[in-house]
Amino acid sequence: MSLKRIDLLICCGSGCVSAGALKIKDRFHEVLAEKGISTEINIIETGCMGPCDYGPVMVIYPEGIFYKHVTPEDVEEIVSEHFIKGRPVQRLMLQDEDKVISVQKEVPFYQKQVKVALANCGYIDPESLDEYIATGGYEALGTVLTELDPQKAIDVVKQSGLRGRGGGGFPTHIKWQLVHDVQADQKYIICNGDEGDPGAFMDRSLLEGDPHRILEGMMLAAFSIGASKGFFYIRAEYPLAIKRIKQAIEQAKEAGLMGDKIFGSDFCFDAEVRTGAGAFVCGEEMALIQSLQGERGNPTPKPPYPATKGLWGKPTVVNNVETLANLPTIFLKGADWFASMGTATSKGTKVFALTGDIKNTGLVEVPMGITLRELIFEVGGGMTGGHKFKAVQLGGPSGGCLTQEHLDVPVDYESLKERGAMMGSGGVIVMNDQKCMVNVAKFFTEFCVDESCGKCPPCRIGLKHMHGILERITSGQGKEGDIEELQRLGETICKLSLCGLGQSAPNPVLSTIRYFRDEYEAHIRDRACQTKVCPDLLHFNIDKSRCIGCSLCARKCPVNCISGSREEKYTIAQIDCIKCGNCQDVCPVKAIDRVPGLHEDVVKHTEEALQKLGREEE
Amino acid sequence: MKTLADLKKIREKAQEDMKLRGGNVRIKIVVGMGTSGIAMGAREVMKTFLEEISNRNLTDVLVTQTGEKGLSSMEPVVDLIEEGKAKVTYGNMNPDKVKKVVVEHIVNGRVVSDYVVATGD
Repeated sequence: MSLKRIDLLICCGSGCVSAGALKIKDRFHEVLAEKGISTEINIIETGCMGPCDYGPVMVIYPEGIFYKHVTPEDVEEIVSEHFIKGRPVQRLMLQDEDKVISVQKEVPFYQKQVKVALANCGYIDPESLDEYIATGGYEALGTVLTELDPQKAIDVVKQSGLRGRGGGGFPTHIKWQLVHDVQADQKYIICNGDEGDPGAFMDRSLLEGDPHRILEGMMLAAFSIGASKGFFYIRAEYPLAIKRIKQAIEQAKEAGLMGDKIFGSDFCFDAEVRTGAGAFVCGEEMALIQSLQGERGNPTPKPPYPATKGLWGKPTVVNNVETLANLPTIFLKGADWFASMGTATSKGTKVFALTGDIKNTGLVEVPMGITLRELIFEVGGGMTGGHKFKAVQLGGPSGGCLTQEHLDVPVDYESLKERGAMMGSGGVIVMNDQKCMVNVAKFFTEFCVDESCGKCPPCRIGLKHMHGILERITSGQGKEGDIEELQRLGETICKLSLCGLGQSAPNPVLSTIRYFRDEYEAHIRDRACQTKVCPDLLHFNIDKSRCIGCSLCARKCPVNCISGSREEKYTIAQIDCIKCGNCQDVCPVKAIDRVPGLHEDVVKHTEEALQKLGREEE
Repeated sequence: MKTLADLKKIREKAQEDMKLRGGNVRIKIVVGMGTSGIAMGAREVMKTFLEEISNRNLTDVLVTQTGEKGLSSMEPVVDLIEEGKAKVTYGNMNPDKVKKVVVEHIVNGRVVSDYVVATGD
């Protein structure tokens, strides 16, 4: 092998791949071959580096130069300028307030982050076992197997304070202890990689970016509870994650890191991958177990818990991907090190998928206890397009919305729950002041209606009913008492549902009523959507002082309700308007505005129609 | 792989392969690759460094590059940076001189004073 002088790390997380990372990689191979320097440069495909908004991104070592928004056309310049002449290409670097940031570790996005689970993600080649070993991989496993017994290993996790990263935050060591204490001929460990929340991609990125870490974490858990068989349950929408985990299992077997008598101990272990069909409910552990057994993915009443009667009736631990990802580092660096990060009850770090109306969307890992303000405005870079912050939704579709007044709340399990949101698996959706909260609540309720497995009536019927009311409110048919009805239904569903999905599905509605009740009231009483989102609660108006009479709006109107002339300017016949917004889109001088509330003509027309209907009925 | 010692062996080897990403290196060789450097044969010099180092299996050495160094009359210019020692700058390099520098300076730790054009920062 010839000596390399440059390591070129191209982010090949799904975000960058969809932005064209693979084409860039191919182009690099071509150009390097043309220039005859292929042997000097290593091209490495890594997992997600985090800042998806800048994608495709790449880092070039030894200097650690960070390039963003790279296109195949830039490759030639990078090779000839940077690789051959040693002059990094400034225009591809990040500009922050007139300052050029050349190296990765100075990018503001990374400043507040502490990477534990994501330590190798975007830094190593996920398909190389050797690169994982180079970062200390499998050393924790070797040490635990040769120096500790299962109870001592559980004690380490207890001391670290690690809690389940899938959402509930149940202490990991208690789950393990229960299964450890049960006598059984067979026990199982399952890695829950069924991530279905809109806007969340933490598990996918971990599985794709550092598969061996998850595998090592699974083996550490298996040893502690006495399991000899593990399953990765990964949803079928994640083909790359499935491929990488399968490859990692093969590599580990070949290297003798899996199988019989691992590291010369008595511990034997084997793992398999099972794919899920992409049903949200299958992330719930009982439904997941049913699905893994080949049955319909429905939750079952607890008890019995999986700890006593899990997969095929045997004691089983189900741990989330991120929970497992933390384990190797906890054993390597010690429980005290891990427990030194975070708050009194929530230790360590948490991976979040930041999305929504912020500058730096992407994958981040921050210490627990960071405030929402730091997370959104420092790591996330603040709001886009000069808009104001309005709300943040934490914890996936069944999480809750928090507002401006909660920005200084520390992010940990208890603080969020107290305020009606939850940690969930770590999806964070930031919303600006142009979002209608009633509409947001409707969107998430619709998702939960679609994804409800239908087994228990509160969830199946109750959510559908809630969605119906929200539909009415957003279409201008809301009536007095709707808000109270939503609250009553929501609370009932939370209390009576069988599984975590139903128990938390009303959260978006309940939390938005709690913090944005005035918006619900405006929708119901004034028939107005102040944020001008709900089409039935606004109207379009042409401002004659700005209208130039070009007739474009009239020509594009699909229902011919705009009329006028160059001299008289144009007007909209409000009663016929279907509020498609075409006119606003085509107006060259932006003379058409969205106005909250119904137009007086429409209100009058509706009243007359109702009166007429009443008379006819009489 | 049967023991932790086996794992450590693999780790050490793998860490060497990844040393470009911030690993510990004993000597860093920085070749000036500005326009005048390239015109005077800096690419050949860099190539020879890479070849000589990999032929000798020197795993604690890193070859990298920089732009114009401002010593046009002495191109190709090469810096040798060693932890805890003053930087040594060699000028007017060519493949033959590179071979000598690798043997004398990098392997045996003796600065080839004939080629040195500057030392320190």
